[in-house]
Amino acid sequence: MSSEIALAPREALSRRKFLGGATTATLSAAAIGLLAGAPTLFARRASAETDEQDIRILNTALGAEHEAVAAYQVGAESGLLKKPTLDLAVQFQGQHKEHIDLLAATVKKLGGQPVAGKVSYAFPVEKLETEEDVLRFAAGLEKGAVSAYLGAVPILGSGELSRAAASILGDEAMHWAVLRYVLGENPVPHAFVS
Amino acid sequence: MRAVAAFVFLASAGLLTAGLVGAGASSSPPADVASSADVEKGREIYERCGACHSLERDRVGPRHCGLFGRRAGSVPGFVYSDAMRESRLFWGRKTLDRFLTNPLAVVPGTFMGYAGIPDPKEREQLLDYLDVATRGEQCDAAAGSAAKTDGDGRGRRGDVRD
Ligand code: HEC
Repeated sequence: MSSEIALAPREALSRRKFLGGATTATLSAAAIGLLAGAPTLFARRASAETDEQDIRILNTALGAEHEAVAAYQVGAESGLLKKPTLDLAVQFQGQHKEHIDLLAATVKKLGGQPVAGKVSYAFPVEKLETEEDVLRFAAGLEKGAVSAYLGAVPILGSGELSRAAASILGDEAMHWAVLRYVLGENPVPHAFVS
Repeated sequence: MRAVAAFVFLASAGLLTAGLVGAGASSSPPADVASSADVEKGREIYERCGACHSLERDRVGPRHCGLFGRRAGSVPGFVYSDAMRESRLFWGRKTLDRFLTNPLAVVPGTFMGYAGIPDPKEREQLLDYLDVATRGEQCDAAAGSAAKTDGDGRGRRGDVRD
């Protein structure tokens, strides 16, 4: 995926055009809310390096979200998930797709090129034989996603971007907790995530 | 070299027991011999990397099998940032410890958008785990042919090794 990371030259992009453009067409109202503070933020931002770093951070997160959507697809099509967990998996997948829309729109706003998903992913399907295996696999991805966003929050270049990352973090943490609950584990094992 | 040095040290100190020989053969000096509890804690800490990495597969981040001794940015087929490829780092305990403390500061421009692990004890446990896991059985097929050198069989000036 990283091969698609191609940063558009800052000068070549009219930021205003992007801000006024239709890039948020697919975003939910909540996602638009998260981006709402952004125009003032972009007017304030001075450093091209900060923008490029933010683009790299967001694009890496975007790549992981694409993989999560594909993983839930594998889970949903495996025939191993029964209702109601199947419905949950489909719902969680839909939320990951919303994260993709927000991250991609934000990368564009920053003047970058959002990474696309891979054509195929090498999931360890040979290890997914039962419903429990699939749920554990999903829980592992969600746990990792929580940690990844936690690791992105302090290094993003603005409070608004950190807020957007934290908002996604909260969603992934809920997925993780629900999956643990369905697996019969303590859904919230700690007071802090790490 | 280090394994040999560790061996000599252990032997001369009269510490050469069956348990320590195995551990001494890894790259850790004797004082750092990892307990299984540290390795287990390290395995848990490694779950934080699980959105982007796995041992055997390239994902958003490169596979970790074969990590120790390998040149940064050298897993064949994985598309790294220029910054990582040109970092001249070779992965060992010290370089990994530095990188994982603050990836963006050590390799500015890296694609690894992650703040790092500030707690030294946690980094140590993570490295105890990686030291074992990245050479483990599940890595036999996956370690691949990542570069240990510059391709000419020799290091270059500016290489950063342990
Ligand atoms: C948000 C995704 C993400 C997370 C979380 C993450 N990494 Fe990475 N990691 C990457 C990417 C992407 C690269 C490639 C960096 C580049 O090319 O600049 C990478 C590179 C690396 C490398 C260099 C590998 C090589 O082949 O040179 C190491 C070592 C590493 N990561 C360890 C870790 C560890 C340990 C953790 C958990 C504490 C972790 N990473 C968490 C995405 C991530």
